[in-house]
Amino acid sequence: MRLPCPFCGPRDSAEFAYLGDAAIARPDAAAPDAPRLFYEATYLRDNPAGPHREHWYHAAGCRQWLVVTRDTTSHEILAAAFARQP
Amino acid sequence: MRHSILSLALNALSGHRRWQPTWRDAAPKPAYDVVIIGGGGHGLATAHYLASRYGIANVAVVEKGWIGSGNAGRNTTIIRSNYLLPGNNHFYELSMKLWEGLEQELNYNAMVSQRGIVNLYHSDGQRDAYARRGNSMRLHGVDAELLDREQVRAMAPFLDFDNARFPIKGGLLQRRAGTARHDAVVWGYAHAASKRGVDIIQNCEVTGFLHDGGRIAGVETTRGTIRAAKVGMAVAGHSSRVAALAGFRLPIESHVLQAFVSEALKPLIPGVITFGAGHFYVSQSDKGGLVFGGDIDGYNSYAQRGNLPVIEDVAEGGMALMPMIGRLRLLRAWGGIMDMSMDGSPIIDASPVPGLYVNAGWCYGGFKAIPASGLCFAHLLARGEPHPTAAALRLDRFERGYLLDEKGQGAQPNLH
Repeated sequence: MRLPCPFCGPRDSAEFAYLGDAAIARPDAAAPDAPRLFYEATYLRDNPAGPHREHWYHAAGCRQWLVVTRDTTSHEILAAAFARQP
Repeated sequence: MRHSILSLALNALSGHRRWQPTWRDAAPKPAYDVVIIGGGGHGLATAHYLASRYGIANVAVVEKGWIGSGNAGRNTTIIRSNYLLPGNNHFYELSMKLWEGLEQELNYNAMVSQRGIVNLYHSDGQRDAYARRGNSMRLHGVDAELLDREQVRAMAPFLDFDNARFPIKGGLLQRRAGTARHDAVVWGYAHAASKRGVDIIQNCEVTGFLHDGGRIAGVETTRGTIRAAKVGMAVAGHSSRVAALAGFRLPIESHVLQAFVSEALKPLIPGVITFGAGHFYVSQSDKGGLVFGGDIDGYNSYAQRGNLPVIEDVAEGGMALMPMIGRLRLLRAWGGIMDMSMDGSPIIDASPVPGLYVNAGWCYGGFKAIPASGLCFAHLLARGEPHPTAAALRLDRFERGYLLDEKGQGAQPNLH
């Protein structure tokens, strides 16, 4: 599997580290139901069979965090972008 | 039919033309006491123990393909109970004890072979960690022996003891561990469950659930509607997808794990050997092929196939341990989809939806757990409360903070 890094171009997936679902945001610690929100953000996952937006870190390349959209049933890469645009 | 020396002799003398099918390929009835989704080892074991130990034989096992076509056919057939933590330790030891009596109980040859597992250590720190694990096992009544370098050499002289980076200093041995024939485990449970009246229904994919006042009342399948008082799911690899049909999320990600078989060799590897410095484990099948594997690929996948970097990593681990396998040809490689739970331990519990029960999150250790998983899940389905041995495997442990994190990796499924 090759990931199309927007800075480096297509690179072997071995150059990257995987963090998982990109949809997860850190909950508001001041929210009244913060314990439940943190539990859900830490442990519960949609885990879809199909397109999945996920974080990859180009550790052996440009060291950028990427958001990659990948089909989990075929390993097809549908999109790749910097996690935070400059 | 019952298998015995006499039946074997009679069939041998009649040219093996009179063997009967070992289990019934049933059509779905409109309703059952219990429907189990998933005709793998765990689902079929659950059906067997429901019928044999809890007296509930009005059971259907529904399988979307053919029985044993999922992870039961995609593993490395190792059975062991060398676990550190209370909760895990008791559970896997129950499984080991059930493996030891399995063939008599099922009247089926599952080729259980207790040839031992040795986990190698390569440093003083790792020796201490294995001494601790061994002590924990012995305190829980599980056999464990800490071997020094020469004792390991006597067992497996072909290992690279003087590897420059990872010299082998010894190993932790569990003699009662070993391997079993994975297909025979599936067929054996199907044989025993079917004989007690369980319906095994193949090519029957669950597409939705029947609801009755907030309760699950059955399943919608590609072969029609099946009503049930209770529904259990044992679909490891696809647990999140079935849970999504019922409207809840699980603390699980699906990852692909690759495994490999080499060409057949004369008897070489005495038991199961694991490489403590990397991730590599190997045993030899009864046909002679080396069966080995290593890490998961490490990202969400339902593809049932992996990628080359992990194959390279596994091959490097094997070469570091046994340089002699360098010219061995690979016969097969395959990928199975693993339910990687957030703490690396399984889940056997009621789901948030009444009437639906969850058996999931086996990470890549589901094969050895089949008997205990089936027994404990059957207990849960029959009695509505957890089996005492599976009390630590509750779904709410993540929310309550009672994780069973054997590897101490935290909520990173790709590291477990």
